[in-house]
Amino acid sequence: MTVASGVRARLRRPIAALVPVASALVVGFGVCGLIALWVGLSPSVMFDQLIRGAVEGPQFFETVARAVPLVGMTLAAAIPLRAGIVNLGADGQLALGGCAAAIVALYLPAPDGMRLAMALGAGMFVGAAYAALAAAGEIYAGVPLLLSTWLLTYPAKGLCGYLVRTPLRDPTTAWPSTARIAVGARLGHLLPGTPVNQGFLLIGVVAIAVIFIDRRTSVGFELRLRGLNERFARYGGVALHRQTLGVMVASGAIAGLVGAIMVLGSQFRYTDGALTAPQYSWSGTLAALLAGGEPLGSVIAAVLFAALQTGGFAMERSVEIPRVLTMVLQSIVILFLAMRGAIWKRS
Amino acid sequence: MTFAFFNATFFDQAVLGITPILLAALAGTLSERVGLFNIALEGQMLVGAFAAIAGSHFGGTLQAGVLAAITAGALFSGLLAVGSALLRGNDIVIGISLNLLAAGLTSFLLRTLFGVSGTYSDSAMSGLPRLTVPGVASLPLVGPALGHQNALVYLSWGLVAIIAVFLTRTPWGLRLRGIGEQPAAAVALGANATVYRFLVTLIGGALCGLAGLQLSLGSLTLFSENMTAGRGWIAVAAVMLGRARPLYVAAACVLFGLSDALGLRLQGEGLPNQLTDSAPYIVTLAALVIAGLRQRRFAGPVS
Repeated sequence: MTVASGVRARLRRPIAALVPVASALVVGFGVCGLIALWVGLSPSVMFDQLIRGAVEGPQFFETVARAVPLVGMTLAAAIPLRAGIVNLGADGQLALGGCAAAIVALYLPAPDGMRLAMALGAGMFVGAAYAALAAAGEIYAGVPLLLSTWLLTYPAKGLCGYLVRTPLRDPTTAWPSTARIAVGARLGHLLPGTPVNQGFLLIGVVAIAVIFIDRRTSVGFELRLRGLNERFARYGGVALHRQTLGVMVASGAIAGLVGAIMVLGSQFRYTDGALTAPQYSWSGTLAALLAGGEPLGSVIAAVLFAALQTGGFAMERSVEIPRVLTMVLQSIVILFLAMRGAIWKRS
Repeated sequence: MTFAFFNATFFDQAVLGITPILLAALAGTLSERVGLFNIALEGQMLVGAFAAIAGSHFGGTLQAGVLAAITAGALFSGLLAVGSALLRGNDIVIGISLNLLAAGLTSFLLRTLFGVSGTYSDSAMSGLPRLTVPGVASLPLVGPALGHQNALVYLSWGLVAIIAVFLTRTPWGLRLRGIGEQPAAAVALGANATVYRFLVTLIGGALCGLAGLQLSLGSLTLFSENMTAGRGWIAVAAVMLGRARPLYVAAACVLFGLSDALGLRLQGEGLPNQLTDSAPYIVTLAALVIAGLRQRRFAGPVS
C-alpha cells in the first residue's frame, strides 16, 4: 500500500462516519423548523437567534462555560457506551457528588486549599461509590445496569432534596439549599469577566486522560473490544465483571466531579434540583451516542450541544420559543441515527 | 396506629398506583414475547398523558381525551416500530432517544399550546368517572379500592386475563411467542415476523397511551412535566420479574403499587416526602436483587 492510499483510507473512514451524522443533523433541524412553523414562528428567525445566541460576542464564553459540565457528563456516558454498557444514572451520581462536595466545603475543618481538594475528591468518591452500587447489582444479582442506574437516580435525588431541606437548610434563603461556600473553598475564575471557571482545566485533564486511555492503553483496547463483541472479549480473556465495575466507577466519579465543579465553581451552594435542571446528563447521553462512545467525537458533540443549549436560552429570550426545543432537536438527531441502525448494531 | 395504618385510602391509593404500571407492563410483556426490548414505555406513557389533557382541552370532551391518548401513544410507538421492527435499529438506543424526545416534546408543547411550564391543571375538565360495582364496593376496608374505580382500572385487569389467554391459547399468540423465541423457525413456518413485531409495538403504544391517560385524567385532571416519574421503567422491571408471563407481571405490579401507597402512607405519618417518594424505586430494586440472587442460586454462578 502506498503512503498516499494509506492516508486516503485513514481519512475516508471518519468522513464516511460523518455522513449519517450530518444527515441526521439536517433532519433534526428540519423537523424543528417544521415544529416552529406549526406553532406560528419563522424558522429562519429562530435558527438565526439560535446560532447568534451560541457564538456571538460574550455568548461564546457562555457556551464554553456550559460545555465544561456537558463535556464531563458526556464522558461519563461515553466510557460505559464504549464497552456497550449504558449508565442512565448520571443524574443521581451528579446530585450526590455535588451535595457531598458542598458538605465537605462547608463543614470540613481544614485550610482553604485542602478543603477545596477534599471537596472535589468527595464529589468524585460519592459519585463513583453510587455507580459501583449499580455495577455490583449486575455482577452479583444480574440486575441490568440499564434499569438499576435509572431507578437509583430517584432515591439519590430524594436524599439530597431531604438533606438540603432539613439538616443542611440555610434558613436565610427562599430555596431549599445549603449555606454559601466560603470564597477560599471555591474554584476561581479562569478568564476574568467571563463565567468560565477553573473547572475547565479539570474537565480538560479528564478528557485528555480518557482519550489517551481509550487510544493508547490496553484498558482502552479491552473496552473497545467488548463494545464490538462481548463474547469475543470474554473469550480473549477480558475480565468482564471487573471491567463493568471499573467502567461504572470511572463514569460515576466523572459525574460526581461535574457535580462538585458546578457547586464549587458557579453555584457556591447545593440547591435542590439546581444541578439536574440543565439536563446535562440527558444531553451528555445523546452526545455520547452521537459519537458511538468514541471519546474525542463525544467531546466535539458535547461542545456542539452546549452551543445549542446556550443558543436556546438566547432564542427563548428574543423570540420566545421555548428553549426545550433544542432538547427535542438533540433527541431527534439521535433517534434518526438509531433508526437507521447507525448507532450500534443489533445484538 | 397499626390498626388504622392500612385503611381504605391506602388500598385505594395502591390500586390507583398499580393501574398505569400494569397497563405499561402489559405492553412490555407483549414486546418481550415478540423479541423486542421495549424501554420506551416511559416516553409513550408521557406522550399519552399529555395527549389526554390536550385532547380533552381542545376536543372539549372526555372521549376526545381518551381517543387522543390512545392515538398519540400508538403513533409515538410507530417510531419504535419503524426503527426497531422494520429497519432493525438498536432497540435500546431508539428507546433512550424516544424517552428523551417524549420529555422534550411534551414540555415544549405544554409551553406553546397551554402557555405554562411545570404543571397545567384544569379542575373544570372531567376526569374518568368512578363506576361502582354493587356488592364489591360495600366490602369493608378494600371495598372502595376494588369496587369503586374508573373503567380503566377494570379494563387493565381484564386485559391481564385476555393477554394471558391470547398468548397461551390462540394460534396468533403461539406465533407471536415463536417469533420471540426462534424467529428463524417461526418464519419458516409462515409467520411474518415484521408484521407481528410492528403490530405488537403499536398495540403496546396504545396501552401505554391508556397508562398515561390514567395518570393525567384518572384521579386528578392535570399534566405536569415528567409526571410518569419512572413508572415506565418500573413497568420494565415488572416484566423482568414476571419473566414476561402476564399473571406474574401483574403480581409484580401489585407489589410496586402497594409500595407506592406505602410511601404515601408514611408521608401521612410525618416522614419527609423526599424520602418516602423513593419507596417504589427502592422496593423495585430490592425485588430485582432478590429475584436475581434466587435465580443465581438455582442456576449456579454465571461465567
